[in-house]
Amino acid sequence: MDTKRRVLFAAPFAAAIAGGAGFYTLLRRMQDQKYDPHALPSPLIGHRPPAFSLPGLDNAQGFSNTDLRSPVKPMLVNWFASWCVPCVEEAPVLGQLAKLGLPIWGIAYEDTPAAVANYLNQYGNPFERLASDSSGLTAINWGVYGVPETYLIDRDGIVRWRWAGALDQNVVLQTLTPLLERYS
Amino acid sequence: MRLYFILLVFLPGIALAQMVTRDGVTLSGPQEQRAEAIGDQLRCLVCQNESIEDSSAGLAKQLRVIIRQQVVAGDNSKDIMNFMVQRYGIFVLLKPPLSKLTLLLYASPFLALLIGFLAAWLARQNRVAAVAPLSAAEAARLDELLKR
Repeated sequence: MDTKRRVLFAAPFAAAIAGGAGFYTLLRRMQDQKYDPHALPSPLIGHRPPAFSLPGLDNAQGFSNTDLRSPVKPMLVNWFASWCVPCVEEAPVLGQLAKLGLPIWGIAYEDTPAAVANYLNQYGNPFERLASDSSGLTAINWGVYGVPETYLIDRDGIVRWRWAGALDQNVVLQTLTPLLERYS
Repeated sequence: MRLYFILLVFLPGIALAQMVTRDGVTLSGPQEQRAEAIGDQLRCLVCQNESIEDSSAGLAKQLRVIIRQQVVAGDNSKDIMNFMVQRYGIFVLLKPPLSKLTLLLYASPFLALLIGFLAAWLARQNRVAAVAPLSAAEAARLDELLKR
């Protein structure tokens, strides 16, 4: 009976400590960017991008979903906009990845050719090919809910990963690099 | 005859007056109500705890337009919801559907109730047996004590 009383007495404290430890790890993981409560799984993962055909900027050739059917190696499709602040943060990371030989195709979201040209001049152009979704309707079909968003497409043209928000060194090293190795 | 002319002149006007324009799409009153009912059940992905109807985000506005266009085109509400789920996943639904992923969520009240019953039953089991009634001698002694 005495041990039972002791157990009953300790139970609430144990529960409180366990809860606190759980909460602490959650916060730590959020701080280390290993856990993002706002991150959403993309329904596109495991599938090819939906049918689309977007023009390029200033009469240049754009691209369509058929161009993404079978890339020579895994590639990224990056949704960006000249008016988007985190895109500026992301620009050097994309530049580095492009320099390392990763093909990146860009889609300018709700933007004008002049503004995009200006933006690429200022922050560098990491894109192998460029398209423009001025209405934002193709973005909705992809399930894009903000810029920047980055999609990893494997050699079979299947979307393997989506990152919503700016890519940084952490994400590249911890998440993207292993994925690129797996799908190369 | 005069009534007929009056009706002929005013009826289209009355019908037009009942048309509403929301986010650039013109639709009838019942159509707008249906569109609002759909939008109320969809989460705005930019602000995450607002419905598409309540949100002022650009994306929410675009989705409101798409809903209204599909309502005008005569698509049924279920198809419109499916259109959104296909693109944004079940997270877009403010009320998640019953599925493998949400089973625990929906079962939790019943589980809590079950745990409560179990605890109550265990407590009853452990209760000390009721004290035996007083014997005649004990009763007499008690009476004596109480009289004092």
